[in-house]
Amino acid sequence: MIVAKNITKQFGKLKALDNVSVNFQRGECIALLGPNGSGKTTLIKSLLGMVVPDGGTIHFDGKLITKEWMYRSNIGYMPQIGRYPENMTIKQVIDMMKDIRKESNKEHDEDLVNSFGLHKIMHKKMRTLSGGTTQKVSASLAFLFNADVLILDEPTAGLDPLSSELLKQKITREKQNGKLILITSHVLSELDDLVTEVFYMQEGKLSFHKKLSALKEETGERKLSKAIAKILSTQEA
Amino acid sequence: MKKILKYVIVDIVQNKIVLIYTLLLLVVCLSVFNLENNPAKGLLSLLNIILIIVPLICIIFSTIYVYNSAEFIELLVSQPLKRSTLWLSIFSGLSASLSFAFLIGAGIPILLYHADATGLTMIIMGLFLTVVFVSIAILAASYTRDKAKGIGLSIMLWLYFSLIFDALVLFFLFQFQDYPLEKAMVFLSFLNPIDLSRIQILLQMDISALMGYTGAIFREFFGTTTGIILSFTGLLTWIIFPLIISLKKFNGKDL
Repeated sequence: MIVAKNITKQFGKLKALDNVSVNFQRGECIALLGPNGSGKTTLIKSLLGMVVPDGGTIHFDGKLITKEWMYRSNIGYMPQIGRYPENMTIKQVIDMMKDIRKESNKEHDEDLVNSFGLHKIMHKKMRTLSGGTTQKVSASLAFLFNADVLILDEPTAGLDPLSSELLKQKITREKQNGKLILITSHVLSELDDLVTEVFYMQEGKLSFHKKLSALKEETGERKLSKAIAKILSTQEA
Repeated sequence: MKKILKYVIVDIVQNKIVLIYTLLLLVVCLSVFNLENNPAKGLLSLLNIILIIVPLICIIFSTIYVYNSAEFIELLVSQPLKRSTLWLSIFSGLSASLSFAFLIGAGIPILLYHADATGLTMIIMGLFLTVVFVSIAILAASYTRDKAKGIGLSIMLWLYFSLIFDALVLFFLFQFQDYPLEKAMVFLSFLNPIDLSRIQILLQMDISALMGYTGAIFREFFGTTTGIILSFTGLLTWIIFPLIISLKKFNGKDL
């Protein structure tokens, strides 16, 4: 569904992405992992067209994304740090997004808006919201349009345990609906029962991209965190 | 395009600055016309004020507006929208609201006190200057991420077009005063949108006779239909050229 070939991106002297190729298929839930600054967010932003790669190609459903922009109507994106026009209320932001994405004749999925209790604080301005509440708005917007692909950049960072559990349940439900889900997170324990594939990056390069089951089998570990620790230590050795 | 334009314009109107700008223009125009007994003299004083205020406010407001919409731009870039649509909507929204402010603030008083070809030329030139400086402002804003640098660059550009350029031209004139420079002057005036509009308005006012031999050359060139068409083309180029460069810049920008 999403195929990228040899994408490279340089920020000044720093190589954020170095010849990364990906192949993400429908129905998978992929964990994008790697240390801070390993290029995860840059990769996500390149897929979304927010960052323009210096080299390489990205195809979405067989179409080159540089020529096409409508493909983004199939993506729900939750940024790591959501920034919103400060003077707009939550309701205005949600209505604006609905207005802009009107053509994607799908039904709106307001599950998260309701379960996060955002419908009760619709009149609040974005500027007055706490970090966690802003994250809730970002999450609600990502799921609102029933998109086929969900890209979640550290979705649970900053959320309270209850909300983060609600979000995880929602992700599991959407996974069962056969959507492609990309998640980055540093909390490996919460990814254990969610993901089907692991995509590990280091210093802008792809270290490995494996099925979770294969990874566990290879290392003989049952926990994702231990499996990754083991594979990294064998790679270094 | 229409949808985004709607959000941009609503946002600008909610921002009180444009309203204050309208009132400022209105107060300046009315007081100038009431201070002079002769509306023609009033128009001349107004000319100098408009040639300074309109570019200044348009360039600074537009630059700041683009930087303040960083969140809005970031939010919409990940949505199914063409980047050019977003950028052109911001440009059109700024141009439309500032032009409207100029029409209300300066257009109405001019039409009330001096509704003839000269007044009309002045309104049209004011509108052109508005859009030209919005275009230059978004070019400056697309060049750097740093808000302070961007605004600084805008102010420098305004200073250049209002003062420094004329000083350079004068310097050039004195250095080469032994040569016939009238043709060169016509060419040089195309390099500054403010000069282009000033010349058009002055020619309408029939005081070019006061400008000596260069004035006569200007009259000969800019007074003809070809000259008028050329100077409008010049102003249009000043709108389109910066806009296209800024669009290219924005399309390749990382957000």
